[in-house]
Amino acid sequence: MRYLPHTDEEIRDMLAVIRRGSLDELFCSVPDSCRYEGDMPLPPAMDEWQLTEHMEKLAAAMAIDDKARVLIGAGSYHHHIPETIRAIMSRGELLTAYTPYQPEMAQGTLQGIYEYQTLTSRLLGMDVANASIYDGASAMAEALLMGLRVAKKKTRVAVSAAVHPHYRQVARSYLAPTGYELVELPVGEDGRTDPALLASLGDVAAVAIQSPNFFGVIEDLEGLAPLVHDAGALFIAVFSEPLAYGLLKSPGACGADIACGEGQSFGMPRSFGGAALGMFACRNEFVRNMPGRLVGQTKDLEGKRGFVLTLSTREQHIRREKATSNICSNQGICTLIASMYMASLGASGLAELARLNHSKAEYLKSGLHAAGAKVVFSAPTFNEFVVEFPGDFRPAYQRLLERKIVAGLELGRFYTEHAGRYLFCVTETTDRKTLDAIVAEVNS
Amino acid sequence: MSEVIIPGASGIIQNEPLLWEKGGKGRRGMCVPGSDVPAAELPAALCRGELDFPELSEVDVVRHYTRLSQWNFGVDSGMYPLGSCTMKYNPKINEKAAATPALAAAHPMLPDELVQGSLQVMYELQSYLAAITGLPAVTLQPAAGAHGELTGMLIFAAWHKSRNSRRTKILIPDTAHGTNPASAALCGYKPVPIRSGPEGILEVAAIEAAMDEETAGIMITNPNTLGLFETRIREIAAIVHAKGGLVYGDGANMNAIMGIIDARRCGVDVLHLNLHKTFSTPHGGGGPGAGPLCVSEELARFLPAPRAVRDGDLYRLDWGGSDSVGRVHAFHGNVSVLLRAYAYIRSMGAENLKKASQLAVLNAAYIKERLRGTLPLAYDRPCMHECVFSDAQLQEHKVTTLDVAKRLIDCGYHPPTIYFPLVVHGAIMIEPTETECKADIDQFIAVLEQIVREAAENPELLRQAPLRTKVRRLDETLAARQPCLCGS
Repeated sequence: MRYLPHTDEEIRDMLAVIRRGSLDELFCSVPDSCRYEGDMPLPPAMDEWQLTEHMEKLAAAMAIDDKARVLIGAGSYHHHIPETIRAIMSRGELLTAYTPYQPEMAQGTLQGIYEYQTLTSRLLGMDVANASIYDGASAMAEALLMGLRVAKKKTRVAVSAAVHPHYRQVARSYLAPTGYELVELPVGEDGRTDPALLASLGDVAAVAIQSPNFFGVIEDLEGLAPLVHDAGALFIAVFSEPLAYGLLKSPGACGADIACGEGQSFGMPRSFGGAALGMFACRNEFVRNMPGRLVGQTKDLEGKRGFVLTLSTREQHIRREKATSNICSNQGICTLIASMYMASLGASGLAELARLNHSKAEYLKSGLHAAGAKVVFSAPTFNEFVVEFPGDFRPAYQRLLERKIVAGLELGRFYTEHAGRYLFCVTETTDRKTLDAIVAEVNS
Repeated sequence: MSEVIIPGASGIIQNEPLLWEKGGKGRRGMCVPGSDVPAAELPAALCRGELDFPELSEVDVVRHYTRLSQWNFGVDSGMYPLGSCTMKYNPKINEKAAATPALAAAHPMLPDELVQGSLQVMYELQSYLAAITGLPAVTLQPAAGAHGELTGMLIFAAWHKSRNSRRTKILIPDTAHGTNPASAALCGYKPVPIRSGPEGILEVAAIEAAMDEETAGIMITNPNTLGLFETRIREIAAIVHAKGGLVYGDGANMNAIMGIIDARRCGVDVLHLNLHKTFSTPHGGGGPGAGPLCVSEELARFLPAPRAVRDGDLYRLDWGGSDSVGRVHAFHGNVSVLLRAYAYIRSMGAENLKKASQLAVLNAAYIKERLRGTLPLAYDRPCMHECVFSDAQLQEHKVTTLDVAKRLIDCGYHPPTIYFPLVVHGAIMIEPTETECKADIDQFIAVLEQIVREAAENPELLRQAPLRTKVRRLDETLAARQPCLCGS
C-alpha cells in the first residue's frame, strides 16, 4: 500500500529495537475480551484507477449532475467559482497544516484568517468576526447561546419563523437539554417577520431575524432593531446568502449586535451541503462572550508584525466546562477560500455580482407573474422568491426535470401553510434561455 | 558542533503585505458574467454605501496566497508529529474524489431519486464506520470532533429523559480530551474529574467511588491522551451501566486500534470518530473536519435525522422518529470531507487499515524506546499510537518544553503537542503516525537528541529559537491584552 512506507526489513529492525516478536505483540496490553473478532467487513482495497472509475460510477448515478440547472437556493447556492481558488487552495502548505498552534510556522494560515476576520467584519458592518464556526445553522445556535450568556438571568430567545427551517431545528436541538425556551415570531402577509409579538414577550435574551430570509425576502432590519432593543434583547441578524450584502445595507449599519450565517456562497461548491462556513461577527463589547477561535495581530521579538490565536481564555482548553463554547476548530481552509473570493471580486465586483443575481431573479419573477403565477410576498426580495401557480405545477416541474432543469423547491415539507408554493433561486449561473424555458412551460 | 542537515529546513521567505495594503482601485481578480436581463433596482433605503474592500488583479491574489502558503508548514512539507492530532499523509486522490463534479455540485435539498450517488456514499460510509467501530448506527452530521461530542451528550440527555432519570453529573478522566467538559456542560452536565492511577490509566475503584445514580455516565478517551490503552474499560463500563449510566468513547485516537479493538465489546455505547485524523482528510489549518457519531442499536432511535438508508436498489433519507435529538447541521455535515474519508477507506480496505494502526503503534513504540535515554518517559508502559515525555531533565538547564519545540521548528519539524496532557509536567506528546518511514523517524530522533544536548551545552540556542521562520517568537500577551482582531 503506497501510503504505508515500511519495508518488511524495517518492520523487523524496529520490532527488534522494542523487543517484540511481531506487530500483534504491540497490543499486549489489550485484553482479549476487547479485541476485534475476525476481519472488518469492508470492501476490498481499490487502486487509484479503480477508485477513479468507481467515483465516476457514483457520479453517473446522479440524475441531477453538474450540468443540470438547479433553481434552488434555500441555504446552498450555485455561484461560479474561479479556477484560482481551486488552484491555490489545494496547496499542501495551507491544506495539510493543522490548527496554528505554532504561530511561527503557520503565519500563512494566521494572516489568512486575520484577513478573513477583517473582510467579514467590513461586509457585515461589525467590529469583530471570529475565525468561523461549522455552518450557518450552528452559527445561529451559538449566537442564541451567546445572547443567553450576555443576558445572564433570561431564559427565552425568539427566532423568526422565516429563518431557514433547518437552522431553527438545529437551534432546538442545541437548546433541548438546557431548559431555555425558543419562541417563534410569525411572518406577516408581506413575507417579513411580524414584530408585533416582540413587545409582549418580555424577558427575551436575543432575537434572531434572517435577511434575506428563507423566502428570499429582505427584512426591514433597520426598523426591527429598535423594537428588539426596546424588548431588552440582543439583535441577531442571520443570513444564508452573504452575497446579498454586496448590495444591501449591512446588519451592523442596521443595528444588529451579532451577525452570523452561512458563507458557502463565497467560493465553495454546494457539495450536498458541506463543507460549509459559519460566519460569525459581533460588536466589540461582546467579544469576550463570543464562541470560536480568534486570530489577533501582535509583534515578534524584533518588533515585526505577526499573528497568533488569541483570547483563548474564553475557550474550552483553558476554561474547560466554563468555556464560551465547546468548539475547538474552525472551518480552516473555507475561511481562506471565502476571503480569496471576496478579495478577488473586490467591492465593485461583489456589488455587480449581487446586482446581477437580483436582476436575474426579478426577470424570472416578473416572467412567472406575467404567466399567471402569484408572487406570494410583496416585500422586496434578493435572489430568491416564492410563487404560487394557478394550477398544479407538478406536470410542468416534471417536464422541466426531463430537460435537467430543477424548477424550485416545493415548500409543503417546511411550511404546511405554503404547501404547493415554490421557492425559486436565480443566480448568475442561470442564463436567460433557461429562465424563458421555465416561463414558457408555465404558459403552455 | 556539527548540525544535522535536514532537507526542507530552510528556504526563501518573501514578504507580503495584508490584502488591503496592496492592489489598486479599479482592479478585479475574478470575472462577473455580463447581464442578459434588464437591470432591476432595489429600494435605495435597503442598499449600502460602498464597501471598504481591496481591489486586486488575479495575479495580485494568486501571489498573495502563494506567499502566505510559503510561510506555512503542512504534512506535505514534512513530519508533523503532533500528539493526539494524527497528522498522517493526506492522499491526493481523495481531493479528486471530493471534487467529482456531479457530487460537488449536488444540492442538499434535492429529492432522493435525483441524488442517488451522494446518498450511496453516505449510506456506505455509515456502514464502513459501523464496521470499523462495532457500533451499528451512524450519523454523519457532526462537523468536527467536538460537534460529535456535543451530539453524543444530546443523546445521553435524550436517553435519560426517555427513562425519566434525572442526571446532573458526568465523569471525565484527567486523560480525556480537552473539549469533553465543555461539550458535557452544554447539555447541563457538571463534569466530575477522575484521576488516572499511577500507571497512567483509570482504576476501577475510582469509577466505583464516583459513579452514582445522579451521574449520566462517563466520557472516556481510549487509547487515552497518554497514548495508553485503558485496560479496565470493560469493568469500568459495567459499573457505569449498572448504575444506569452510558459510556461515551472519544474516538479521536482510533488510529491506534482499527481492526484490533471492538468498541462495542469494550462496553462503549456512543463514540465519535475524527475523519480528519484517522481517515486522512486534510486539516486545512483548522478545518473543515468531520466527527461522525456511532452508537449502539439501542440508541439508534436518538440519532440526529436524516440518515441515509437503503431500500432495495434505492437509497433514501430516513427522517427519524420523535425520539431523535434533531438536526445538528444545516444539511448532511461536511460532505466533501466525508467523500475524502470514503475514498481513503475504499483505497485501504480492511487489511491496510489494520496495518496502518499496527504501524502507527510501531512507530510510536520505536520512538519511545529510542528516546527513553534522552528524555524522561511520563509512564513506562506499552504505548499505543503516541508516547509522552516530561520536561524533568530540561528544567535542570533552565530550558522549557516550549524552547525545545521552537528549536525543532528551526530544524524543519513541526513540534509535537506540548503541555498536554496536563497530568504530565511540561509534556511532550509525540504521535508520528504510520505514514512516516523509519529513515525519517531516525532522523527526527537524531535531531531531538541533538536538541537535548544543545539544552546542556548552548541553551541560548533553544531560548532564541526559532530563527529561520518568517517571524521570531510572537508576543501572545500583547495580543491578548490589546486585542487587534480586525484590520483598519
